[in-house]
Amino acid sequence: MKVEDMKLDGNAIGGLLSELFGTDVTDSMGVCASCGTMGPLATLDVYLRAPGVVGRCRTCGAVMLKIVRSPDRIWLDLRGTQSLQITAQ
Amino acid sequence: MAGAALLGRLTWLVAEVVDSVRETPRVRTLVLDADGWAGHRAGQHVDVRLTAEDGYQAERSYSIASAPGEPLEITIEELEDGEVSPYLVGEATDGDRFEIRGPIGGYFVWDGTGDAPVLLVAGGSGVVPLASMIRHRASIGSRTPTRLLYSSRTYEDVIYRAELEQPADGLEVFHTLTRSQPPGWTGYSRRVDQEMLGEVAWPAADGTRVFICGSTRFVDAAADGLVAMGYPALSIRTERFGATG
Amino acid sequence: MGIISRGFRGRRQDGPPDRVPPGQYLTDDFPVLSAGPTPHTPLEEWTFSITGGAEPVTWTWDEFQQLPRERVTKDIHCVTKWSKLDTTWEGVSVDTLLEAVEHDAGFVMAFCDGGYTTNLPLEDVSDGKAWVAYTYDGEPLDPEHGGPARLLVPHLYFWKSAKWVRSLDLRDEDEPGFWESNGYHIRGDPWLEQRYWGD
Repeated sequence: MKVEDMKLDGNAIGGLLSELFGTDVTDSMGVCASCGTMGPLATLDVYLRAPGVVGRCRTCGAVMLKIVRSPDRIWLDLRGTQSLQITAQ
Repeated sequence: MAGAALLGRLTWLVAEVVDSVRETPRVRTLVLDADGWAGHRAGQHVDVRLTAEDGYQAERSYSIASAPGEPLEITIEELEDGEVSPYLVGEATDGDRFEIRGPIGGYFVWDGTGDAPVLLVAGGSGVVPLASMIRHRASIGSRTPTRLLYSSRTYEDVIYRAELEQPADGLEVFHTLTRSQPPGWTGYSRRVDQEMLGEVAWPAADGTRVFICGSTRFVDAAADGLVAMGYPALSIRTERFGATG
Repeated sequence: MGIISRGFRGRRQDGPPDRVPPGQYLTDDFPVLSAGPTPHTPLEEWTFSITGGAEPVTWTWDEFQQLPRERVTKDIHCVTKWSKLDTTWEGVSVDTLLEAVEHDAGFVMAFCDGGYTTNLPLEDVSDGKAWVAYTYDGEPLDPEHGGPARLLVPHLYFWKSAKWVRSLDLRDEDEPGFWESNGYHIRGDPWLEQRYWGD
């Protein structure tokens, strides 16, 4: 399978992110710490077929989030996301 | 372990297959009953988790096909070399149970209303969340002008084919068959391209809202084609399906 | 653990326990895992370097091809649980590369096109344990599998076999790389099932 087809988007990790944030964040706005682009997490370029999940900025390709799961822990690296704006329900 | 759902926080629920529909040779819809299911919006999906006897687990996401308010239905395409889809399409039967988490998604959703037209572009099984949108639109009697451009390999691969032959008021359906066409076919016969989009999509100035779903390559090409027509990027919402099953 | 789904088995096969580490399943294919788009560095621009020693050393692709090459057959083990036995590679032993540099480092950090990094103790890339490989199964290494060249460290989980490797930086400290800084084990020995922090 070509790598291009393995590139998905933030919709694909909506469930995983809801575990972490307690709410759906696919339409929450993330700002890329590398280039400043702001967009919904649904529009991240997401690579699931890695030893973890990597979400990249669609504009500049920088890693905005990294998630690793073990049976009993989840690690979340959001250094590449300058801020996340989650709308109150 | 199924648990009580806290407001906003999703937990895994146990879903039982109560019925199924063979849509095409490779595609099947499962009708599910899940205790604690809180309903969904058109365009959302569920995560499905299967556990084998030795504890091995596999998880995949599937779009919800049914309209909000109707019993929960997911439509699955069986992928060659898939791990979960062959089970759901080929093996699962009434009474079988697995876990689901959902509904998921606040971005790729449409509540069926609005004056501005809506363009839905589907590649293969990408039609599933768009079908939920179309069904919801029909059930609320929406007047929003809506067009579906749906790309399939062959006539036999068209999911919900009979239903799409009877579109609700104000919905127009355009098919393209990319691999082979039946005798007398009057629809398109090639991959979605700039020219086809130009014929099916409203002019950019009409303020159309767009939803595109399918493989990454399909979605990106269709989105690029609309942007080239002058559609603002923000007017286009996309959902890429993986080819892993 | 979730409820059991009748009749679901998944795709796995078990293998001989002396060849397949704990928690692993055998696969016949060669899954492609990726954390980003596939880089495509033209061979005319490709270089491999060792930095952090007395002097940096760099080889062009042509120079690299002139170095003594070895063909090896190895089992590989991915932390996502698949193992593949008897994979064949050709490349340059990291021992050969390190001979070109004066150093007293204890660790290396691998740097790759696309930004991936992974860290290793020097002893895990010495004494015939590691290569920079450019052929797989008799063919030039496919870009999706790390071509033009990848690090090959088969005795550790395969995330350490960094794709698209361009340099090894010699270091005094073991600093965590791309995955090691976010949950994956700093060393990654599959026979000790060192998948995550604290394992």
